[in-house]
Amino acid sequence: MASAKPRVKVPKTAAKDEVITIKTLISHKMESGQRKDKDGNIIPQQIINKFSADFNGTRVFEVDLEPAISANPYFEFSMKVPESGKITFTWVDDDGSTYTEEKSIEVTG
Amino acid sequence: MTFTRREALGLGAGAAVFLATGLRLDPAAAAAEDTMKMVMEFAGGQEPAAGKITLSTPEIAENGNTVPISISVDSAMTADDYVESVIILAEGNPNPGVATFKFSPMSGVAEASTRMRLAKTQKVIAVAKMNSGAVFMDAKEVKVTIGGCGG
Repeated sequence: MASAKPRVKVPKTAAKDEVITIKTLISHKMESGQRKDKDGNIIPQQIINKFSADFNGTRVFEVDLEPAISANPYFEFSMKVPESGKITFTWVDDDGSTYTEEKSIEVTG
Repeated sequence: MTFTRREALGLGAGAAVFLATGLRLDPAAAAAEDTMKMVMEFAGGQEPAAGKITLSTPEIAENGNTVPISISVDSAMTADDYVESVIILAEGNPNPGVATFKFSPMSGVAEASTRMRLAKTQKVIAVAKMNSGAVFMDAKEVKVTIGGCGG
């Protein structure tokens, strides 16, 4: 599904070693593989099966998703900010495509 | 519609047989067993202890398609004492697996929220595994008014 659109909310600045909250959302139908079309055929499963967040190349947080995650998967999690840098968010689709988003955060004070 | 005495007795016997077999093949019990198997697999054969992990769910979910849940584990989250992963299971869904969260010392705190689907009223389970190998579990019953698995 090429229309998957990621949205991420990260504060622009943080104090050193501050724990920030990150919210992410991606538009995706998360087809569970349990539904049937009007002819009674099962609609094949197609979900986002993995989500990850890396800070300057180090894995911070990761989720393995099952079809029981709602459409437009939403995650809220935390990160301790050691220094200024870049957070990379990656979503992996069952069809092999990946969606990424990047946010910079600056350590002040 | 009226029954003769004989028909009524026959029906009653039939119902009793149906109930008896129904109990033996209770799919809910099988699902709970499957879920426990997944918990044990995740826990590496250990019996998960209570405490440390808190699973927050609404008591009543009006829409089973998006049920907000969050987990929080009591941990220092330092390089030598942190929560490795948390698994979420729903024993009344077609497949019990929901999600596995993997944390790191850089997480700062072991907290995460998401939205999940629930097919019907059931127990949701969260199990946390520490880097030391210790395992903790919490479970909440969620009442679902409208199930969320399509069909």
